[in-house]
Amino acid sequence: MSATPKGTSGPMPRWLDLFGLPVLNLLMALIVSGLIVLAIGENPFAAMRVMAVGAFGDLGAVGYTLYYATNFIFTGLAVAIAFHAGLFNIGGEGQAYMGGLGAGLAALAFDHSLTMWPMLLVGLVASAVFGAAWAFIPAYLQAKRGSHIVITTIMFNLIAASLMVYLLVNVFHIPGSMEVVSREFEPSAGMPYVNTLLAGIGIDMPQTPLNLTFVWALVCCGLVWLYLWRSRGGYELRTTGLSPKAAQYAGINPTRVTIEAMLISGALAGFLGFNEIMGNHRQLVLDFVAGAGFTGIAVALMGRNHPFGIIIASLLFGALYQGGGELAFEFQHITKDMIVVMQGLVILFSGALAYMNRPLLEKLWHLYQAQRQRKPAAAVAPLSPAAAPDAPVALAEETVTQVALPAPETPAPRPAPQAAPAPAAEALEVVEAEIVTMGPDAAPTKTVDKLSWLKNSTREPSETESVTIDSAMDPGGPSGDDTPPPPPAPRKKRGPKKSKRKAGEV
Amino acid sequence: MTATATPTAPKAAGSESVPAVELIGIDKSFGAVHANRNVSLKIAKGTIHGIVGENGAGKSTLMSILYGFYEADRGAIKINGKPARIRSSKDAIAAGIGMVHQHFMLVDPFTVIENVMLGAESGMLIQSSIRKARAEIQRLERDYGLSVDPDKIVGDLPVGEQQRVEILKALYRHCEILILDEPTGVLTPQETDQLFQILNALKERGVTVILITHKLREIMAVTDTVTVMRNGEVVAERKTAETNREELAVLMVGRKVRMTPDRGGAKPGEVVLGIDHLGLIDEFGVKRLDDISFSIRAGEILGVAGVSGNGQSELLEVLSGIRSPTSGVMHVLGRDVTAEKPCSPKRMRRLGVAHVPEDRHRLGLVTGFPAWESAILGYQRDRAYGFGPIINTAAAARDCGKMMEAFDVRPPEPNLGSSKFSGGNQQKLILAREMARMPKVLLVGQPTRGVDIGAIEFIHRQIIAMRDEGTAVLLVSVELDEILALSDRIIVMFQGRVVGETTADRADERQLGLWMANAHADMPQTAPSAPPPLLPPEMTGRNNLPAGMKIRPRK
Repeated sequence: MSATPKGTSGPMPRWLDLFGLPVLNLLMALIVSGLIVLAIGENPFAAMRVMAVGAFGDLGAVGYTLYYATNFIFTGLAVAIAFHAGLFNIGGEGQAYMGGLGAGLAALAFDHSLTMWPMLLVGLVASAVFGAAWAFIPAYLQAKRGSHIVITTIMFNLIAASLMVYLLVNVFHIPGSMEVVSREFEPSAGMPYVNTLLAGIGIDMPQTPLNLTFVWALVCCGLVWLYLWRSRGGYELRTTGLSPKAAQYAGINPTRVTIEAMLISGALAGFLGFNEIMGNHRQLVLDFVAGAGFTGIAVALMGRNHPFGIIIASLLFGALYQGGGELAFEFQHITKDMIVVMQGLVILFSGALAYMNRPLLEKLWHLYQAQRQRKPAAAVAPLSPAAAPDAPVALAEETVTQVALPAPETPAPRPAPQAAPAPAAEALEVVEAEIVTMGPDAAPTKTVDKLSWLKNSTREPSETESVTIDSAMDPGGPSGDDTPPPPPAPRKKRGPKKSKRKAGEV
Repeated sequence: MTATATPTAPKAAGSESVPAVELIGIDKSFGAVHANRNVSLKIAKGTIHGIVGENGAGKSTLMSILYGFYEADRGAIKINGKPARIRSSKDAIAAGIGMVHQHFMLVDPFTVIENVMLGAESGMLIQSSIRKARAEIQRLERDYGLSVDPDKIVGDLPVGEQQRVEILKALYRHCEILILDEPTGVLTPQETDQLFQILNALKERGVTVILITHKLREIMAVTDTVTVMRNGEVVAERKTAETNREELAVLMVGRKVRMTPDRGGAKPGEVVLGIDHLGLIDEFGVKRLDDISFSIRAGEILGVAGVSGNGQSELLEVLSGIRSPTSGVMHVLGRDVTAEKPCSPKRMRRLGVAHVPEDRHRLGLVTGFPAWESAILGYQRDRAYGFGPIINTAAAARDCGKMMEAFDVRPPEPNLGSSKFSGGNQQKLILAREMARMPKVLLVGQPTRGVDIGAIEFIHRQIIAMRDEGTAVLLVSVELDEILALSDRIIVMFQGRVVGETTADRADERQLGLWMANAHADMPQTAPSAPPPLLPPEMTGRNNLPAGMKIRPRK
């Protein structure tokens, strides 16, 4: 996703970049899906309605949507954390599978002897440990031997699948039964269903697999955010992902970071197993991950590897799953594969072609700004070389106030240097400026003064400044590339633009 | 500006009267920032014209407009007297303009021929294009003195030859106007001289050369005329023969600038860093450091001179703990570091060794982080910045703000992305970070590479201030001027060995130059080899290819 001069962003406000662009991409995906539905011979608007109702129409539908979303949140977080460390963890599938195994083993071992909450806690921890353990060997191989994590994790997915089949057939199966499942767990080893809890306070909700693990998923989002952006370990992890050389310079141990990142990633994926085994099935079964590990990759991409984005993307994919199921049910010609097609299109437009629409969006934004600026009708002389210097100044001040609002990241523009009246256009004379002699006494003491505050500072936060740390929503993909600083100084906005704008328009 | 006006100006008169490039009233704003204010200039054909200015003066924007990357809000461009509408680089190339960028736009795995003809192939079949290109390239090389082997892989070439490939690219497209953006930032002194010879050869053949730079020495060396820009405006135009570096510096900055800092006398204390027969053999078996011994005392600056690629980078890596030596001992602040007892950069920092790296983009800061997160790079485990595993972001941001204020980093916004600062401001931030803790040893590599004059002056003053506070400073620089201006003692490195040593008062530039080229020995001048990649093998599974592996094109 490296930018060429023609494709880089102009001064588009941040909210447009973070929300407007994904919404536009989603819209395009839906439009193309609609066209496919049309080609199949069904009515795309009816299909959309069925999907929307199927996903959110009643409490039961919402329950299913949120239950799917829970799984995607876990795998999305797993992939995102690994991405922030520069690793592409495709092993979510296998790590979730093993996490389920861990929860199942804990249940089968302790469900007779423990009450509910201790049992659930043991199951949760077991799922995390098993998921992490499954990620450990690929992590170790990557860190110590450079074996590429993509290959090893895919291999481990396959091993996990085979392992589960073996265990269920040979170790856990119920004697006398043909089903490839373990015995059912005692009620103590089951996460409370949300509809049960809501029934307790009088809300009538049909039975769905949605259980309290959903709450744990949201808590994990908060914990992951805290870890990545507020903890030292997370700082070192992100540094390693963005710039391995800078990490080495800073004394960060890359082996430790790799293993730590993958362990956390595996544990998060393992929670999906907890949701499925202790939340939904309440017995060990086969194939309960059902591709959620790979959907997690799409969710992480769409959510820009940020927990908040992942929540939203998970809801979207959950809705696609649930609504898509209804779609296949209602319409004759639309099969279950349509869901996969739609998912693929969403991933295509939000992931691979994520920046395709950016120039279009920028143009629209500039047109919109141009419309707003035509109201104060400033007489603009096109292409006149001897334009009065006052004109750009007046409009520059206007644009200063306009631009100051939406972009939180841009420093407050300093009107003083820019709004100073430009001297005459015959710029062949030396501009009169103060000549300040830098005497030997002036410089060093001043700088030592400035340095000594650091020597003697107490470092306690004596005054708490409200600093908005705007580190959210970074597309922290595994791209540690070093972009050279743009030729203009930081006061200027970024990037070349292809728009042919008249003076004063932003 | 240098148009020789003939009183009768018949149409068929010589091209001296029609400027090759004329910019009339160019005005360009990026939002609130007025990058070019009503810029007008004329460049005569067949001359070398320099444009100087600090970072942010607007010279790169101006040239980007000329080359079609941006379009001006107002103003007109005339090429050879005819108005030209340049909307993209394609239009610029069609108008005869070529550009060599500061950061090359080459495809490393391709050969020279493939790079030169990329985008300008003649026909559908590659082989026929290659044949035509080869003939044309050989002709160009002969005519302009650009010697590059056409079949070499570009990624293997030294930087000076890569730049020649860029120039060939422009000439291949029949450019008559060549723009060079900060060309010498990546060149050794010898390569710079060769570049100037090439530019003079171009000039003799009637090519108009526009040189964007902030290095006044080069302006004086090779240009005919020079334009000075400041804050987006043209503040002066001069004939190079009629001006000097001091005047240009004053015009650029708007105030008097000390070209050489006032160093004052050093008061060296005890030895804080000593290395004894230090040797380093890298993973490819190449000897990078060969039996080096020297020591630094507190309160003195030791300058390490030498052409880039002779072991200075590896020396900094060993001294800062990034690499451990294969032989020899390093005594630093009471601790001995050997191959058996290595010391990590983390522990080096705890001891009191600070390191300002040569490669500020890749090592010194993380371009994806906001400035305050880069400001704690290396010090993220400091007790001051957090409680237990949690980082106190308010404290970090506040310290960053103080650093920015103390070192005049513009704009002083801790939340701004690190990549959005200009090179000089990035460097000042890194220096502030490393100097803030009053280290006992300060290792500095190429502190003013790509930094404009105002910031250079400031950085030099800071280094001297650190020395006066008792820090031992090791300064590695390829700019001999800088070494001579700042150092109390100087050593010269060549191919991993120390080949010369002197003190400031006895330093002779000519002698240093001889040591740097090792010219007293009758050795052929080998091109400095590219330093091996910094990543250890364990790190290679990520997005990079394993160290040393390149994709070779199928032939």
